[in-house]
Amino acid sequence: MSNKQTLYDKLWAHHEVKKRDDGSSLIYIDRHLLHEVTSPQAFEGLKLAKRVPWRLSANIATPDHNVPTSIRERAEGIAGIKDPVSRIQVQTLDANCNEFGVTEFKINDVRQGIVHVVGPEQGLVLPGMTVVCGDSHTATHGALGCLAHGIGTSEVEHVLATQCLVQKKMKNMQIRVEGKLAVGVSAKDVVLAIIAQIGTAGGTGHAIEFAGSVFEDMSMEGRMTVCNMAIEAGARVGMVAVDQTTIDYVSGRPYAPTGDILDQAIDYWRTLVSDPGARFDTLIEIDGSTIEPQVSWGTSPEMVIPVSANVPTLDDAQNDVQKSGFTRAYEYMGLTPGQGLDEIVLDRVFIGSCTNSRIEDLREAAGVIKGRKVASSVKEAIVVPGSGQVKAQAESEGLDKLFSEAGFEWREPGCSMCLAMNADKLEPGEHCASTSNRNFEGRQGNGGRTHLVSPAMAAAAAIAGHFVDVRSF
Amino acid sequence: MKAYTTQDGLVCPLDRSNVDTDQIIPKQFLKSIKRTGFGVNLFDEWRYLDEGYPGQDHAQRPINPDFVLNLPEYAGATILLARKNFGCGSSREHAPWALEEYGFRTVIAPSFADIFYNNSFKNGMLPIELPEEIVAQLFMEAENSHGYRLTTDLEAQTVTTPSGQVFHFEVDPFRKHCLLNGLDDIGLTLEDADSIEAFESKAKQNRPWIFRDLTEAS
Ligand code: SF4
Repeated sequence: MSNKQTLYDKLWAHHEVKKRDDGSSLIYIDRHLLHEVTSPQAFEGLKLAKRVPWRLSANIATPDHNVPTSIRERAEGIAGIKDPVSRIQVQTLDANCNEFGVTEFKINDVRQGIVHVVGPEQGLVLPGMTVVCGDSHTATHGALGCLAHGIGTSEVEHVLATQCLVQKKMKNMQIRVEGKLAVGVSAKDVVLAIIAQIGTAGGTGHAIEFAGSVFEDMSMEGRMTVCNMAIEAGARVGMVAVDQTTIDYVSGRPYAPTGDILDQAIDYWRTLVSDPGARFDTLIEIDGSTIEPQVSWGTSPEMVIPVSANVPTLDDAQNDVQKSGFTRAYEYMGLTPGQGLDEIVLDRVFIGSCTNSRIEDLREAAGVIKGRKVASSVKEAIVVPGSGQVKAQAESEGLDKLFSEAGFEWREPGCSMCLAMNADKLEPGEHCASTSNRNFEGRQGNGGRTHLVSPAMAAAAAIAGHFVDVRSF
Repeated sequence: MKAYTTQDGLVCPLDRSNVDTDQIIPKQFLKSIKRTGFGVNLFDEWRYLDEGYPGQDHAQRPINPDFVLNLPEYAGATILLARKNFGCGSSREHAPWALEEYGFRTVIAPSFADIFYNNSFKNGMLPIELPEEIVAQLFMEAENSHGYRLTTDLEAQTVTTPSGQVFHFEVDPFRKHCLLNGLDDIGLTLEDADSIEAFESKAKQNRPWIFRDLTEAS
């Protein structure tokens, strides 16, 4: 066997507590992120079995899915959550964190936000960590050279109680995107183009490493956007090797190490790259210079086309199963095969979610709207920062004013219209240009029609009232 | 956890691929802090014609007569047959909870999303992967015969059709062991507490920054 290791091989080896006879391994978990939706039943299980958290300081919690984002409701704190069922869920998180002593950024703490934005921003997620959370978009943290993936509630309980997970090693996949991206093409377009090519099951059973000059040139925010959607390509894990960009991003964050320990950490972090010549089970190569701004037309994240293309026809389907998927999608989305994307009338625009709510995303969108106005046909356009910190930073740069003057609503941080567990949702039949990650039926509200795009494309669409190519906008 | 050994069950054919977790159990029902009560909202948006919300009187809701689960011949089905990439989307364990509470103990499909697959085992459910052409055959048979049943056997790793055809499926030995015996895997892991402690004391030397106390002010 060759001793050349991929990044994933290294991360796996560094966290393997024990190999079991049946081929599974006990993997040590460095950081465990918690939110209100997938943790209550796990805490309850812990209590019923009279167990305690194995290592309290591994855990960090924040409410995000159910919190209201309107400024007025938010000012009331938990009492501002109008839906009693949602309110109980957030209160239960508080109660569990208090009872067990888990550090929590509560609803109106400036550090509160979408768990996947908060972790890296606070330096709670550091390169080389194993990171888990009861949420599939935990893949986001792979951008820092972490082994990070989503888990179910039983595993949340398992991690709380044992600091470990029973895992089987996945296969290695590398997606290389070389070349330079065209101006106006962003990380979101790259990952949408990847999913369009490999499909929503393309990465199943694999840990994906994103490599090549496009990712090397990308900011940490962009890398997080890409890794975030690895799950939409079927992979639980997406990651990018550590480089100077990673180290610069991490250093100085509130919970990042300092002094000698930082030096020791940096020496270790620099080893977190795939060895030259390491073997990947699957290799995909894409020419980055050919990627255009992308728009999803259907009800699966693989139903994505470049903005210049028309909605595919049944002749474009590769087999019968895809044909029936297309037929259902036309009907649900209210589209005609072959129609142009610019004919879709947009009702709402959502800029936010753990995919695209970081400061860089907001800057990208703000850059497009400067001095323009949201089209009168758009009923609502909202910007929801990913965390209290992002919000504060954006306000210090005056981005909130730019958005407000253009006719966007400036909101408080949370998941918001990404999955519509709070009050922010689409009405049946409404089309939404959204910077989130899933366009499943009903995802943004019963009967709602989601089109996934980058922040720049969403901003341009808000102004035009329909999709336009941001490169010529 | 409920043990799973063998099952002889009525098959419900759900002819869709990429059935995602938002479809299996829409997000408004994720607000519950309990593990139960999700069965009535399984496939809520397909099963009912109105919009569902938690705490509703489900007996009063208009049902979608065309949806396969609502067809009288599939009442009491315990085996769900679906197309590829079943359970894609979120990590919510509410998806297997809803399927299990509705009465499904087995899902057969050509492929599953990783997290859903894993979550199923933790809840006494068996996801069975069979090649696409075999699944296509089962769809044909299920749709063309009334009261179509299959027999599953986890120990032997087989699915048997009414005509006696036997298909073998793969399952990881550890998961199989836990599911066959209904084992609590937290208890199993804690048997290795010494190894975990030994790992931690080494990691404290090599990667001390991992062990920072978060309760101290930053
Ligand atoms: S923003 Fe959306 S995808 Fe991200 S954690 Fe929240 S609900 Fe999940």
